[in-house]
Amino acid sequence: MNEETIRSKVRAFITRELIRDEHYPLANDEGIITGGLMDSFALAELGVFVEDEFDVYIPDADLTVAKMDTLDRMVARILQG
Amino acid sequence: MTVHLPFHFGQTLLDAAALAPDNDDRPALILTGSSHPPTTVTRRDFRGETVRAAAGLLELGLQPGDLVIIAHGQTAAALFAFWGAVWLGAVPAMMPPLTEKLDPEIYFQSMARLSRFAEARIILATDELAAPLGAISPCPVVPISQLAQAKAQPGLPEGKSAAPEAIAFLQHSSGTTGLQKGVALSHGAVLRQIEAYAGSLPLLETDVIVSWLPLYHDMGLIAGFLLPLVAGIPLVLIDPFDWVSHPAVLLRAIHEYRGTLCWLPNFAYNHMARRIRQRDLDSLSMASMRGFINCSEPVRHESHELFLERFAPLGVSREMLGVSYAMAENTFAVTQTPLGQPPAVEWLDGRRLAAEKQAVPVPPGAPNAVAMVSCGPAIPGTDMAVVDEAHRPLPDRRVGEIAIRSSYLLTEYYHRPDLDPFVDGWYLTGDMGYQANGELYVIGRQKDIIINAGKNIYPQDIEAIVNTVNGIHPGRAVVFGVPDDREGTELIAVVAEVDSQDEAVRREIGRQVRQAIAQQTMVTATYVELVDPGWLVKTSSGKISRRANREKWRQSMGFYG
Repeated sequence: MNEETIRSKVRAFITRELIRDEHYPLANDEGIITGGLMDSFALAELGVFVEDEFDVYIPDADLTVAKMDTLDRMVARILQG
Repeated sequence: MTVHLPFHFGQTLLDAAALAPDNDDRPALILTGSSHPPTTVTRRDFRGETVRAAAGLLELGLQPGDLVIIAHGQTAAALFAFWGAVWLGAVPAMMPPLTEKLDPEIYFQSMARLSRFAEARIILATDELAAPLGAISPCPVVPISQLAQAKAQPGLPEGKSAAPEAIAFLQHSSGTTGLQKGVALSHGAVLRQIEAYAGSLPLLETDVIVSWLPLYHDMGLIAGFLLPLVAGIPLVLIDPFDWVSHPAVLLRAIHEYRGTLCWLPNFAYNHMARRIRQRDLDSLSMASMRGFINCSEPVRHESHELFLERFAPLGVSREMLGVSYAMAENTFAVTQTPLGQPPAVEWLDGRRLAAEKQAVPVPPGAPNAVAMVSCGPAIPGTDMAVVDEAHRPLPDRRVGEIAIRSSYLLTEYYHRPDLDPFVDGWYLTGDMGYQANGELYVIGRQKDIIINAGKNIYPQDIEAIVNTVNGIHPGRAVVFGVPDDREGTELIAVVAEVDSQDEAVRREIGRQVRQAIAQQTMVTATYVELVDPGWLVKTSSGKISRRANREKWRQSMGFYG
């Protein structure tokens, strides 16, 4: 799966399931937790989604606000596998 | 065997601390988490470190009765400091630490304001925050690590500097205008609650409590710290911020340490059922558990069912589900369902419940049937009543405000002579519910208070924040709670009027609203709806009605029920 497909799937998941506003124009470098779009509960949900969708298991040590606050960082981490 | 409590009435928490033998190598505390190896503190070491922290606080000039605010993450040092302050007869209060999403300046200002208002003697903070917070705080701010440098002085006062009815510590409960109320509890009240609650469970010598709960909340401070410490049973403690992002860590800890009791707010049942990866559960067993006790927000039957369905393969059974109704003002528990029996579930006619305030049972499949989960009977020492607006007791199955009276109620709201917590010796809880068969059922809050993930949120506090955002008409914002089945809690919605029709401008205002709420509170807004001027419904007296606007918004969003 290429980077753009991953980005678009993660973006769709975040806006639909976490922000609950599919039309939200989420920027690639926008702070999702520090910007108040969702709280850190969502990191756990993201972990489940990434494993189900991309078969990538992100260890707890990487499921942190510092490492997962933006779409760019999430996509980069998923690409690491 | 039920646990033996090493104190008797007339004593204080100092006695309870001093009575812990200093040659006891059983674990008092195990700190564990997702990303660090566990640390075990024996009862001997806990006592030693408490005495050291007390010596450090004494060097800082702390006197009996002085307030010490602990604004720090959930580390061993913070626990030693709390107990060390109790040891001196001083009054500790746990407060939330600074997190990544909060604006540090606003956090410092609110801590400084609280300290000034409550006349705190010292604030204990992290090494990094001591200097910036100290720059604006009215009292000295000391890095908590400094206490570990003190020389332990075994000759410290043991139970002599506090009377049983002296204030032991403060728990903070939310209040309007952002200033939390300090719930002042006496030594006697805390010990009476611990004895009554330990007896009602009953707490056993073989129990192991596992908790991720924050200690700045009554459920965490009492059930997840003082109860095991005073009763001499092990506590396995996880940092709340770690658990929120990595919920499997709780189940791993239960498995590893053969946990038996765990207190959780309702949303946690949904969070864990929905957000733990299957591979994080491999080979875990919950068979050691006696009780997952649901506490601190209205209990949802569906959350229990979701939790059971997901974790039954690990050995979670219906008999392990317990419920307690609790609040800081009663030290902690008001009720408790008997452990080993599932809580009673009643199906009520939802329409008659709303329209007539009557709890009328119907079959589970009936139209408009709503499930209510029992919170159990009152624990020993608590009188409970459901009253009408004139404070007259109501018969069974009539919905009214829950009132309580006990021997472990708060003494006062600290430094708030303007707030009298009592009416004829009763504390009116602000919660609505009914009684049936000697058990309490809680429906929700009387006022517009939102209970989001176990936290009580006053909508007016968030409205005040929204009103400061550029582009929002001041006074034209409304905030309310939206019950959410998926999350098992109330989510926060903001509806505010803006002039601009420009989509990009509106988006930017919406961003700023979300950011301002995140940076200034412990919560985030899930729904932010910006509307045209004139959208908000006013009452005949010209006030914006939260209830009417919530209904209007729900209809516009396609929400029903």
